[in-house]
Amino acid sequence: MSTAGRAVAVKAAARPATRRRLRDRDWVWGYAMIAPLVLGLAVFYLWPVVQSVYYSFTEWTLFGDATWVGLRNYEQLFTDPANGRALRNTFVYGGLSLLGIPLSIAVAALLGTRGLRLVSLYRTLYFLPVVTMPAAVAMIWTWLYNGDYGLVNYLLSLVGIHGASWIAEPSTALYALVAVGIWTQIGYNAVIFMAGLQSIPSHLYEAASIDGAGRARQFFRITLPLLSPSIFFVSVLSVINGLQMFDLVYLMLRRGNPAREDTQTVVSLFFSRAFEEGAKGYAAAMAVVLMLITLVLTVIQFRVQKRWVHYA
Amino acid sequence: MTGKIRALVVAGALVAGLAGCSSSDGDGSGGKVTLTYAYWDNENQGQAMTKIAQEFTKSHPNIEVKLQFTPNKEYWTKLQTAAAGGTAPDVFWMNGPRIGLYASQGALLPLSDKIAADKMDLGKYPKSLVDLYTLDGKQYGIPKDFDTIGLWYNKALFDAAKVKYPDASWTWDDVRAAAKKLTDPAKGVHGIGAMPWSQELYYNTIFQAGGYVISDDKKKSGYDDPATIEGLKFWKDFLDQKLSPTVQQMTDNDPIEMFKSGKLAMWYDGSYDASQYFKTEGLKAGVAPLPAGPKGKATVIHGLANVVYAKTKHPKEAWEFVKFLGSEQANRIQAESGAVIPAYEGLQESWVKSMPGLDLQAFIDQLPDARPYPVSKNTAAWARLETDAITKAFTDGQDVEATAKQLATAMNAALSQEK
Repeated sequence: MSTAGRAVAVKAAARPATRRRLRDRDWVWGYAMIAPLVLGLAVFYLWPVVQSVYYSFTEWTLFGDATWVGLRNYEQLFTDPANGRALRNTFVYGGLSLLGIPLSIAVAALLGTRGLRLVSLYRTLYFLPVVTMPAAVAMIWTWLYNGDYGLVNYLLSLVGIHGASWIAEPSTALYALVAVGIWTQIGYNAVIFMAGLQSIPSHLYEAASIDGAGRARQFFRITLPLLSPSIFFVSVLSVINGLQMFDLVYLMLRRGNPAREDTQTVVSLFFSRAFEEGAKGYAAAMAVVLMLITLVLTVIQFRVQKRWVHYA
Repeated sequence: MTGKIRALVVAGALVAGLAGCSSSDGDGSGGKVTLTYAYWDNENQGQAMTKIAQEFTKSHPNIEVKLQFTPNKEYWTKLQTAAAGGTAPDVFWMNGPRIGLYASQGALLPLSDKIAADKMDLGKYPKSLVDLYTLDGKQYGIPKDFDTIGLWYNKALFDAAKVKYPDASWTWDDVRAAAKKLTDPAKGVHGIGAMPWSQELYYNTIFQAGGYVISDDKKKSGYDDPATIEGLKFWKDFLDQKLSPTVQQMTDNDPIEMFKSGKLAMWYDGSYDASQYFKTEGLKAGVAPLPAGPKGKATVIHGLANVVYAKTKHPKEAWEFVKFLGSEQANRIQAESGAVIPAYEGLQESWVKSMPGLDLQAFIDQLPDARPYPVSKNTAAWARLETDAITKAFTDGQDVEATAKQLATAMNAALSQEK
């Protein structure tokens, strides 16, 4: 998961931390302990970010050197119509991936039902997509979505619906990909929500039922507010992951797919610009803009959360 | 998802690093040199490549060749990353769309001096291929093989519909008439597959209609030329009349597989796919020269070349190997494997004979009408626009003419950025 995700988790978890003055030698150990992570972050995350920003101001040819071109890449960004479409698709993807949250809560609640049999089997089944290789996921869904021989259309035909070629049809392909993206994330999100549900003290429910609150009221008045830190965490992650959508687009849409323009995300467009067409400086500018957009959206989410997230 | 991408990049870098190490293995170990040779087709050509490498080491005991296979989809990305990092393989396969970029950016070793010094005769290879790998008067690649396109047909479906097999006398009208008779919606059989693929399909018909893809000076797109548009419309008509499966169907189900399983009666495809049609059980396929269009006959010719990496540590040994790859002996090994038509003069016959029952001579007979695969210095920059636009034009409810004209504008803009 991304660093931003980790930061949220830390912030959410470490609220009531008490500070004490560290004795003289303690700080050495402290830094020694975090050194592996900090070094790793610096070398593999921070330095590449700095480099990307630098290269976004250059024309960086396929094998050659980078020459400084100032803001030209950024000017070009705003005149290339492909970018507008990719951005739109990316937002659709990031926005719709939030639909996975209610689904994940429902799954978490079902898995937490008291007296449920085979619970570890279900948990495994729901978590399986998370640990499955994206390439395998893409292959299986490509077959499920096949217009002539796919299982999806077979099931639809049983109720008399003639299904489309889901990932080859420009009007459906993006949503078909969104569905797969949500499907792969449900297991991961559900684990977080299960932990959130378990941390809600049971005496609150007892008190509520003594006061005469029904199941629905308990859910909306107790469960949902107390689950809100988890919901916030998952929504930040879902949006960031959605904005970085790449692997499914790359793996499921083959050469000459008519839906390619309509499913192209910023990252998949970045990949073709940088590694297929060799415009690496221009691609770096795209990456920088995507980073800024992600940053702004995350800041907004952090601002807005103050109004709806309850920390117990 | 970021984690995965980063992991991929790191893994890629590791692989590239390892490849770099291996190419310098030979240093200092008693004059023995190890060369790395990269290629992308293991299924059809892996055996031939292994055999060629072995034969080469037999005659050059101090040079060992390490084969490095990368699937086509990742080949160029990996090669590009390795070349940028100075660790590309010593010798590798090159194709027409990429040669301009690789040669103009200094990633390839010019071979002209070595060719002259060793008195190598380039007249043994088809001229259009030698020219494809010449840039600014310098030769960068030695042709490895070539391919042309033919009209493949399913004999069983033709027999069932009582249609005469295609032959060299066919024109567009014959294809249209046959497609109508061969289409049988009840059985899910279509007369022809109109897939928006350039080399196999629409480039050929564009040339047959008298159009062009890119002007000879590489400055102008041909997609606003009425003849070019006519070449595209040839395919669009089949789609509109439902004589071909839709593009969406052929995206879900590879048309090559549809042809193999008897769902397509006719299919334009290259000589490089001959061996898989030959091996398909229960498929009785034939092949004829491409039917003539309004402006006569034409087929796209393309071929690969072997090139040497500019920063190789062993330029002398790499040249020896490339020379061997271009030799009659190495071409004969390729011919006998049946995977590709060898580039070397006079060896095409053994390729034709390698698959008895298929009339592969059709591919060779078309050589006089062959037209070079259209390229420029940075083909990739407009090829992508082309794929997206033509695919869109072939999809339901799209106007071919308008889309082609838009493509011409976008492609001209991309061409104007080439230096």
